[in-house]
Formats: sequence, C-alpha cells, structure tokens
Amino acid sequence: MKNLNSVFAAYLAGWGIFFVYYISIARRTAALRDEIERLKNALNRGK
Amino acid sequence: MKKHALASAVVFLLLGAAAYGALFVAPTEKTMGTIQRIFYLHVSSAWTGLTAFFICFIANLIYVWRREPRWDWLAVSAAEVGLVFTTVVLVTGPIWAHPVWGIWWTWDARLTSTFVLWLLYISYLLLRTLVEEPDRRALFSALFGVFAFLDVPLVFGSIRWWRTQHPQPVVMGGSGSGLEPTMWYVLLFSWGAMLSLMALLLRARYEFEAVRGETDLLQREAEGM
Repeated sequence: MKNLNSVFAAYLAGWGIFFVYYISIARRTAALRDEIERLKNALNRGK
Repeated sequence: MKKHALASAVVFLLLGAAAYGALFVAPTEKTMGTIQRIFYLHVSSAWTGLTAFFICFIANLIYVWRREPRWDWLAVSAAEVGLVFTTVVLVTGPIWAHPVWGIWWTWDARLTSTFVLWLLYISYLLLRTLVEEPDRRALFSALFGVFAFLDVPLVFGSIRWWRTQHPQPVVMGGSGSGLEPTMWYVLLFSWGAMLSLMALLLRARYEFEAVRGETDLLQREAEGM
C-alpha cells in the first residue's frame, strides 16, 4: 500500500481543519453570550 | 442544545462512513494507486466549498435588494464556511500532487484560480473588519461578495477551457471523462456527508453572527446611557 501515509495525512489534515473551525465557532459564540450577559447586567444597573 | 449534539453526531457518523467508503470500499485506481483515495475528500470538499460560495452570492444579492441584516449574516457565514472547505482543498491537493507529479504546487489555471478564490474570500472577510457602521459594512461586503463570486465559473471552467497539470474533469468533461460506478457512489456519498457538515457549520456560524448582532445593539444602547 504505497503512499498510505499521505492518504492518512490528507484525511487527518482535512478533519483537523474542520474540527478546529467548529470549536472556534463554539468558543466565539460562548464568549459573545457572556458579553451579552455582562451588557444586560450593566444596562439593568444603569436603569 | 440536545438537537445540536444529535446533528453533530449524525454528521460525524456520515463523515466516518464517507472515509470508510473512500479507504475500503472504492476500488484502487490503476494509474495512481492508493494515493488517489484522497480524491474523495478533495473533490467533495471542493464541490461543497463552491456550494457555500454560491449560497454567499445569492445571500449577497438578496441583501442588496432587501437590506435585511439576516441576509448579510447568511452571506458572511457561507463565505467563512466556504473558505474553510477551500482551505481543505488547498491542503489536500498538494499532499496528493507530490507523489504523483513530483511537485507540491504548480501555477496552472485550476490551482491558480482556486488560490485566487481563496484570497478573494479572505479579502471579503478582511473588508468587513475595516467598516464599523453595520449597514455600510453589509452593503460594501455584499457588493464585493458578488464580484468575488465571478471567480467561481473560472475555477469550474479552468480544466475544461485550458490545458492544465490538474486532472481533467470527471463530471461534464465530455467524451472520455467519468468514473467507475463504485467510485461514483463513494464520491456522491462523500459529497452528501460534506454537505451535511456544511449545513452544521453554516448553522453554527449564522447563530454566532446573530448573537454578534444582538451584542452590537446592546453595546450601542450601553454607550448611549
């Protein structure tokens, strides 16, 4: 099975890119939700 | 949240099944051998990336017409997701090319037009960071997004119109093109799995953009206090 390492490298790289991107969206969304909570609290205190 | 986890699990299973099909079900190609199995990831990612850019193009046109923020959110989400799929294409292509061509990269029409496409959508995302006012940002990026999509027909046609180092098309490539039936089934299944991944990523990215819209509103409200 010549070049099997290259095949695995391609699949690992491809899946890795998708996985890192999915995690980055989840983290960015969670950070924004925290920011919304903070802003809502600040606005409530200001009223 | 539970629905989201279930959708992620289904997509993960589909991707696993697609990889199994590519590695163990599809027959070994006669000329290139095992390395050709990258084809199922490479081509399905390329088709899915172009699909995402098409969604971005349509959303940009609708935004210019209706000026509703949700179309801008969909456009930027599709652009970013398309960029991720195109990145996978640009990474897996050289890994496949090196053992077959003896080089990682060549500036032929297909590779160059794909790289230019990648740069155009990077520019699209960068442009959005340069304009602060949301309506102007959405309009400028929608117009630029329509322009960026002009490269997609070039990417599609490059291996049909010019002689390239990149292999000739297997779909709509005229006489002599095509695939062995099992290869076709595995390729179509892989594309289906990639489309389901695109839908999952698009949904998550759109949700992020909607939350960002809400954050912007609250920030402006807080600043006006």
